[in-house]
Parts: sequence; C-alpha cells; structure tokens
Amino acid sequence: MSESLLQVAGLTKAFGALRATDAVDLEVQEGETLAVIGPNGAGKTTLIGQLAGNLRPDAGRIRFAGEDITALSAPRRARKGFARSFQITSVFPEFTALENVALAVQAHAGHSFRFWRPAMKDPALLEPARQVLKDVGLQDKVNALAANMSHGEHRQLEVAMALATRPRMLLLDEPMAGMGIDESQRMIELLGTLKRRQTMILVEHDMDAVFRLADRIAVLVYGRVIATGLPEDIKLNADVRKAYLGEGA
Amino acid sequence: MSARALLWTVFVAALVALPPVAAALGQPFYLDLVRRIMIFAIAAISLNLILGYGGLVSFGHAAYLGVGGYAVGILAFYGVNDGLVQWGVAIGASALVALAIGAVSIRTSGVYFIMITLAFTQMLYYLGISLEEYGGDDGMRLRTRSEFPLLDLKDPATFYYVVLALMLLSLYVVHRLVNSRFGMVLRAAKSNEPRSLAIGFSPYPYRLAAFVIAGAMGGLAGALLVNHTNYLTPDFMHWTRSGEIMFMVILGGMATAGGPVAGTFAFLLVEDMLSAWIPIRFVREHWQLFLGPLLVLSVLFFRRGLAGILRKDNE
Amino acid sequence: MTAILFFEQLLNGVQLGVTLFLMAAGLTLVLGIMNFVNLAHGSLYMVGAYLMVAASQWTGSWPLGIALALAGTLVVGMAVEVLALRPLYTRDHLDQVLATFGLILFFNELVAVIWGRASLYTSLPSYLQGHVELLPGSIYPVYRLTIIGIGLFIGLLLWYVVTRTRLGMLIRAGASNRTMVAALGVNIRLLYTVVFGFGAALAGLAGLMAGPIYSVQPGMGELILIQVFVVIVIGGIGSVRGALVGALIVGIVDTLGRAFLKPLLGHVISAPAAEAAGPALASMLIYLLMAVVLALKPAGLFASR
Repeated sequence: MSESLLQVAGLTKAFGALRATDAVDLEVQEGETLAVIGPNGAGKTTLIGQLAGNLRPDAGRIRFAGEDITALSAPRRARKGFARSFQITSVFPEFTALENVALAVQAHAGHSFRFWRPAMKDPALLEPARQVLKDVGLQDKVNALAANMSHGEHRQLEVAMALATRPRMLLLDEPMAGMGIDESQRMIELLGTLKRRQTMILVEHDMDAVFRLADRIAVLVYGRVIATGLPEDIKLNADVRKAYLGEGA
Repeated sequence: MSARALLWTVFVAALVALPPVAAALGQPFYLDLVRRIMIFAIAAISLNLILGYGGLVSFGHAAYLGVGGYAVGILAFYGVNDGLVQWGVAIGASALVALAIGAVSIRTSGVYFIMITLAFTQMLYYLGISLEEYGGDDGMRLRTRSEFPLLDLKDPATFYYVVLALMLLSLYVVHRLVNSRFGMVLRAAKSNEPRSLAIGFSPYPYRLAAFVIAGAMGGLAGALLVNHTNYLTPDFMHWTRSGEIMFMVILGGMATAGGPVAGTFAFLLVEDMLSAWIPIRFVREHWQLFLGPLLVLSVLFFRRGLAGILRKDNE
Repeated sequence: MTAILFFEQLLNGVQLGVTLFLMAAGLTLVLGIMNFVNLAHGSLYMVGAYLMVAASQWTGSWPLGIALALAGTLVVGMAVEVLALRPLYTRDHLDQVLATFGLILFFNELVAVIWGRASLYTSLPSYLQGHVELLPGSIYPVYRLTIIGIGLFIGLLLWYVVTRTRLGMLIRAGASNRTMVAALGVNIRLLYTVVFGFGAALAGLAGLMAGPIYSVQPGMGELILIQVFVVIVIGGIGSVRGALVGALIVGIVDTLGRAFLKPLLGHVISAPAAEAAGPALASMLIYLLMAVVLALKPAGLFASR
C-alpha cells in the first residue's frame, strides 16, 4: 500500500489553557478530497494554519509526499506543492486579476532575481495565468483590478491563485464563505471539476458542498477529531449528530 | 503622446534648458538650487524603491548619503581625487553598510524596523562626529572636486548636467527594477504579505537586495552632495535628514516614478521659500516653526501626494 | 581605573538608566497598546525640562516648579494628543512617523523662539547640592542619588499598577491583544488617553529631573529618544519590565563604555589608536548591543506578543 500524500500525527496546539488542536491524526490520499467540518470554534482555521505553515504546532508531525515538513516555513511548503485559499479573502488589491495569478505563477518559476525585463509582459507568466483564469471562469475579468471585483469573484480568484501554483495539495479554507446561492453553486461546480485532478482538504460549513464534494469527512470538535469516514457514515454517526445538534438528536 | 509623457518631456526639457537660461539672466543661483534639488531627488528615488514600492519604512536613509560623502571626502583628504575611484568606493561602501544594517533589520518588522534603522543611522552619525581626523563635529572642506577624464566638475554647468544625467539614469533603473520579477516580489510583499508567503515567495532576500541597491544609490547621492557643497559634515547623516527625504518621497506620491522627483522639488522649494524668500523676518529665522505644522497637515490631509492629485485629474 | 571610579561610573550608569526607563516605560506602553509610533515623545521630555526652568525661576521654589512643570507637560501632551495625534491612531506607522516628525520640528523651534537656542542651565536648591560619602573615599552627588531613588520608586509604582490593579490588567491585556480588549467592551478611547497621559507625565518628569545634569536646549529630546528606542527594542515592545531591564543595561553599558573603553583599549593596542578608536567605539556600543540582541531575539527580551 502506497504512503498517503499527507500524514498528520498527534498534532497539538494550545493557546494558554485552550487546546485549539488536540492530538489530531489525519491522512489524505493522493487524488482524494477530505472535508473537515465542525461547529464554530472547533479549531478548523488553526488546523489549516498549522498545515500551511503559518502556525507552529506544539507537538506532532506532518509528513507530505514522504518528507517531514513540520519545521518548514509557509513559503517553503508552498514551493513543495501546498496551495491555500484564505477564509477571509486575501488577494493583491492593487493588481489586476491577471497580475494576481501571474504572481502565483512567478512564485513557482524558480527564483525571481531577474532585474530588467518587465514581469507582467512576460508570456511565460501571462499565458498560464490566462488559462487558469479561464478554468475558474474569470476570463472576462482578466484586466479588472482586484480591489474592484465582487466578493464571489474574489473567492474564484483565490482558487485561481492556488491552482496557478500547480499544487499537489490544495487547502481550501471555507471557499464558499459569504457567497450567495448562485455563486455557491458555481463554486461547487468549479471545485467538482478539480476533484479528479487535485488532492484537496476542504474546510467548510456549507453541508451541500461538503456532501457533494467530499470523498471522506473528518469532524473536528474542540480541537479533536471525533470521527472520520465516508460521508454516508458520518451522516449517521451519533457523536457527530450530538456535536452539531445537541443531545436528543 | 499621453499627458504623462508630455509632462515628462516638458520637465526634462526645462531642466536641460536651465543652465544657459540662468547664465543669460545672470542668475547662477538657480543652477545651484536646482542641482541641489536633483541630488536629493536621487536620494528620494532610491528611498522610494524600498519605501514606496517595498513598504520598508526605513528611517535611516540619510546614513548612506553620509557614507558616500565621507568616502569621497576622506579619499580626497589623502589626495585620491580620481572620480571613478572615489565614487566607486562611495557606492561600494554604502552598499556594504546597507548589507550589514539590512541583514539585521529586515528580519524585524513594523515598529521595530523603524526604530532600528533610526538607531543605526544615529550610530553612524556619532561615528562621524568622533572622527576627529576628518573634522569631527564641524566637518571639513572638500580638498577638490572629484576629477574625471573629459568632465570638469568645477564648471557649474558641467556638474549640473552630470547630476541631471545621473538623476534620469536613476529614474530609469528604478523603473526597470520595480517592473521586473524582482520588483514584483517586493510589491507583492508590500501589498499583502501573508498572501505572498502563501504563494511561495520568501521576501527576505529580495528586500535585502533592494535595501542594498537603495543604499548604493544613496551613496552616489552622497558623493554628489559633497561635491556640490564642497563641504563634508556629519549632518549629512543626521536623522532629521532621513525624515526630510522620507517627506520628499511621500509628498510626491509613493510608488510612482515621478513622485520622488516632484516631492523633492516641492519640499526643497517650500523649505527654500520659507527660509530665504519670504519677506517676513520672523518666518525666515524660524521657518521650522511653520514647516513642522505644514508637514503634519500634509500627512493628515494630503495622503496620496502630488502624483495622486495629477492622476485624479486624468481620470 | 580604580574600584571607586568604577563604582561611581556604575552609579552614573544606573542614573542614566533610570532616566531612560521613565521615558521608555510610557513609550513602550503607547507602542504596545495603541500601536502608535510617537516620535514627539522626546519633545515632551524637552517641554518638561524647559517648563521646570521657567517655573522654578518664576516661583523661586523647586517643589512648586516640579508641580507646575509636570502639570504643564501634561496639558501640552493632552493638547497635542487631541489636536494632532488622535486622527493618526488609525493610520499606518509611516503616517505616524512623519506627522510626529513634523511636531518635533515645530516644538524644537518653539522653544528656540521662546527661550533662544543657547543651552540653559538650571540651578539646584541647596538641599540637593552637595555630595554624600557612600563608600570610604567615594563621594557622590546627592542629586543623582535622588534621581535614582525617584526612578526606582516610579518603577515600583508602575510594577504595582501593572500587576496589581485592574487598570494594569487592561494595560497588559491591551499590550498583547488590542482588538480583544476593544471587543470586550472596554472604553478604548479612555484607556488610550490614560496611557498617553501617563507616558507624557513620565517623559516630563524625566526631562525636568535631567535638566540640571544634561543641558537644556532645543533638540535635547531627540538625543535621548533614540537611546530610548534602543531600550525598547532590547526590552521588547509593550513590556514595562523590559523597559526597566533594557534601560538599566543601556544606561550602564553606555556610561561604562564611555568611561573605560579608551583606557581598556589602550592596554591592548597603541595609545594613539585607542585615542581615536575609543570614543568612536564607545558611542557605537549600545547600537552594537542592540544588533546582537536582535540577532538572538528579534522581538526583544521580554516581548509581550
């Protein structure tokens, strides 16, 4: 049996007395979509932060593609094939959509100690960027300033930037956050087209998205994974129902 | 031709025409004034690279003017007057100092970075004061201006055109830098640092490189300044100098090509006006009493700078 | 270099450290809690010194002079806060730096207009002049001892307020997580005003005490301000304890360095070389120390965040 693409063992992070991540074990196979769900305050964003490299865990190991990456910084992990989208939109507002994505392409095109030729006229950066923007459905917004784009378009742009880095692992932190019904549907369709090509960890509240996209689900409550399994099994799991709906569900 | 290109053409043409016009009018003072402004514009252009485009609030830029100036002054003191050697050392020494200071400071961020760059500048200032050999507190005269084959810097007009050429060259170099891949990393890190980390940029080496480049250019400005004033003093490196250069960058509009040039002209002309031309003696003697509040007001209300105003008019 | 001389210079270093602490304590709290870079903090120090000169001459009484100078500095500080600084709380650091820089130019020129550019010297009341024999053979100025005493007392007072009172708890919470404190419904405006006033009063106190020792002149605030920055960088933003430790370290290292580096160097290298390098190196000492601390602990020794 081949090794999982991502193995998380015993991950723990405490803020004072608060255990935001409590001995979390996770495994993600290549090509699979794992959804991480849980009530508010369960520690989902803290978990993503530790996986992406923004937060240092107090204990535990993270192995990615056979390598221990626990001590690697966020940029190093990004260069090894991690890509993430942020829960609260985080793009480069003064640049156009095309430039935003081109920057992501540039970050993975070797070092950037090139001092003379204009970067944003370089087809080696612009062509892949255009293609990705087309893939996510933003081909009409190529020259729009990111600051002027709508919230839903920002979420699409975030996904585009993540894809532009040709990641081996996508960490999506609530991609549907703040979206209306139509926009959510479009995003679910987009993520659906990515499913076969990408390995994804999807943190979401939107249960429609979760059950349509996830191959497996992990349920996080108070920093602990209380259940992992196939979507149908999770739906029926008594502990999960209790965590979400309270006693007597 | 676009409005911006036209503006630039007119501006450069005016600068080129100034020496003969000033000579014809019998007013060499203007040549001196504009030359001084252009030298500071080079310093502002270099600071704009790291401050305007890179977001590094460096309060220590005057240090490089000092290092460059002292390099030229000290070499001249020992009889080394070859301009290429002097200016080469000025640029090289400033780059090294920037490398040393940057290596320590750029690891920090926010408020720490501001305080640290300020502290290191002060350190160099004190170092300059303690160099009794080279005038200490009072400074010393420059033995003679830098010597170049074919160019006689003692001729005011020649020197003026050298400065003009170097200013235009600086503008061009910074323009290429900020649009290159190197510059994009800087600008992305300024725009949204967590985002730039997430896509895989590690800003530190690029910021350090930019810091060194800006320092080197500042050193060149220092070499020019000491030639202009014919005098070398630790005041080149006084921290208030740093603040003034920052204002020149801000007033003109950060992260624009023309901003630092416009800002330098505006700042130094206002300073000159208050201290020399205004008919009220009290204002002339105590011009900082008026400049201070003007600066405060400009920060509070004039945030986008002159270039921002022009851009608004174009829309 | 005798033991007596070393002891006296050590005390001088503590005295400088205490002065730096009074400045640093206020500034580090303003930085930590309000995230506000106030370059004009040095101007308040200067205002305190000048007001002391004026008030003690006017009233003829030193204690009355202190009271008036402190009150005056507080008034000036609050006026500046309301008029110029409040709009800057929400701006980025660059704006704060530039605006307070403009204030420095203004204040330096203002005192020059009122009192002239020459240094003023203040005289001490008779009960503070004179020396005390601390160790056999060592006499030390009463006034400097007084400063050390007052400074340590303020340190104790601050320690008490910060660790034992509700206000102190808010200050510590605010220093480590500003937004959380605001979210808890604390009146942030009032907290900011209190913290700023605190800082202004301490700066004024430092200035009026320092006047008789270091000359009173325009620009005196900035000379000490930069040393205060070094203290805060070493001690860590937002930490009063860090301000005290950092201030004592900086004060002692700087004073001992200036006194003993040249003779010490003279033992190792030739006399003329030590003559040249000694003062230069001594003036750079605290900055080199700062660089070393930064290399090891980029957020300072006692950073609260």
